[in-house]
Amino acid sequence: MSENIIEVNGLEYSYGNFKAVDGVSFFVREGEIFSFLGPNGAGKSTVINILTTLLPLQKGTVRIAGYDLSKEPEQVRRSIGIVFQDETLDRDLTVWETLELHGRIYSMPKSERRERIDEIIKLVELQEKRDVRTRNLSGGMKRRLEIGRGLMTRPKVLFLDEPTIGLDTQTRRRLWDYIKMVNDSGTAIFLTTHYMDEADLVSNWIDIVDHGKIIASGAPIALKDALGRDVIYLQTDNDEAATGILKGLKAVQNIKATSQGLVVTINADGTRCLPVIMNRLHERGIDIKSVNLKKPTLDDVFVHYTGRDIRNAGAEKLPRIQPKGGR
Amino acid sequence: MSYEFLTIYWRDMLRFVRFRIALVASLIQPALWMALYGAAMSSNFSRLSSGMTVPDGGMAVSYLTFMGAGVIALTTLFTSLFGGITLLFDKNWGLMRELLASPMPRNHIIIGIGLSGVTKSFIQSMVIMAFGLVIGVRFFPGYSLLQTAGAILGILLFVGIFSLGFLFLSSAISMTMETPEGLQAVITLLTLPLFFASNALYPIDAFPGMVRIISQFNPLTHLVNGVRYFAIGSDFYAIGIHYVYGMNDVLISLLALIIFAAAMFLVAWRVFKKAVVT
Repeated sequence: MSENIIEVNGLEYSYGNFKAVDGVSFFVREGEIFSFLGPNGAGKSTVINILTTLLPLQKGTVRIAGYDLSKEPEQVRRSIGIVFQDETLDRDLTVWETLELHGRIYSMPKSERRERIDEIIKLVELQEKRDVRTRNLSGGMKRRLEIGRGLMTRPKVLFLDEPTIGLDTQTRRRLWDYIKMVNDSGTAIFLTTHYMDEADLVSNWIDIVDHGKIIASGAPIALKDALGRDVIYLQTDNDEAATGILKGLKAVQNIKATSQGLVVTINADGTRCLPVIMNRLHERGIDIKSVNLKKPTLDDVFVHYTGRDIRNAGAEKLPRIQPKGGR
Repeated sequence: MSYEFLTIYWRDMLRFVRFRIALVASLIQPALWMALYGAAMSSNFSRLSSGMTVPDGGMAVSYLTFMGAGVIALTTLFTSLFGGITLLFDKNWGLMRELLASPMPRNHIIIGIGLSGVTKSFIQSMVIMAFGLVIGVRFFPGYSLLQTAGAILGILLFVGIFSLGFLFLSSAISMTMETPEGLQAVITLLTLPLFFASNALYPIDAFPGMVRIISQFNPLTHLVNGVRYFAIGSDFYAIGIHYVYGMNDVLISLLALIIFAAAMFLVAWRVFKKAVVT
């Protein structure tokens, strides 16, 4: 028994001459939240469409829930739940009918279906909208309904393609609560999103894809640490002397003097460097007025790996970050 | 055997009943046609054919009765040709990805849409027959109750098979088209020749040779043959022309419709198997 719910090896996909996916390999562990991030046109959607059987498998192997995608696509379909990027609802069916239809096309027996529908409606808190047509639901309610629908058949993995796009902050937070709740009950989540802060908060593992290739891979914290771009903001009574002292430190990469004080970029873990720096300055009699440490965000990681300069340099030269004992 | 196509059927019928305006319009339209076009043409034709005599013992049939069968056929044609349009909307703005990503075999979508379309055509045909009888269409002349019931079943058999054929075609076109405008254009393009090169509203006999041959391959002509056979009889006079439908003619028409429907199913199946909606 494999403990990977998704295993992808050497996946390639071309639209005519354009290679949208160029040799992608990754795996998703059972019960984890896996984020697949990348700029628009990076090949994310193509990958998710292949995994959900909406696009044919051209090259490579994919196993989902133990089934070979090329040989048993129907079993794969039965094992997954999907929340599509665009709204995929019949606007003239009610909430209940939407779920009933889903249960029926997935061949759920009637008694089980009816029981699950009640459970799901409660789970996504749409009890009062049960007999309301979906055209009359708010954006957040529609999303909740779609997530609930994806969970109807108790899938082992739920694909969420930009689940929170276009929703307000409050609705997004609530949706994440649902998604985490679903994940806690054992369903693995395959996620794509544009919201880096969200991916950072919820993911166990992140793969960043660009130009059809995976260019970085790791747990969110490891990705951020590996960037080595911790920044320390310092205000002292003698910035000039402080600069002189800090220049001698190995971890210090760059020092910039601004009217607000010094901005020190370091290439090591800032939380460990900061006490050293403060001690050193203190020993030399420099008084520190204020200090601030900023770790890079996932946004910084993302821009670093997918930014313009990186593109020109060619993605293949980038390091693959695989911290020891990552997951 | 799996029955997921019943789900597609259920959903399409839900929408049909829910769209009250579309429902009512689809029932009023054929009635209006009969009431206006039928009444107008019927007085013209009876004036033109007043000099023609029907031999003793021959059954003369009014133009209204003659065209009654044609109106059933044309209404079925229009309804069926547009029956697949819901798939285009699903594809562009709705449920299609959900359906295609499900374990349900794709031909169930075609079959489900086909069955709901046939149901709609049955309802329309019954309404036209009932309304026709009210305004003076003389269907089922001298039939016993049992014969009438049999004749209605015969009509529905022809309507059903014909309707399936065009629903499959419509589904295939809808899945291929990108926009409702494109679909509209293609369907209009198809409708007119089918309509005019048929015996729905006037006899084929006077058509120029080429058009007459085309009309023999027109499924609409075969549907009208079947409906007239069951609704009026195997031997009658209308607009000064002697109509004789032998059992063979009716069976050939039925066979032609079955072949047409089967061919269209294969076309639709092929389109759906290859369909990629992302």
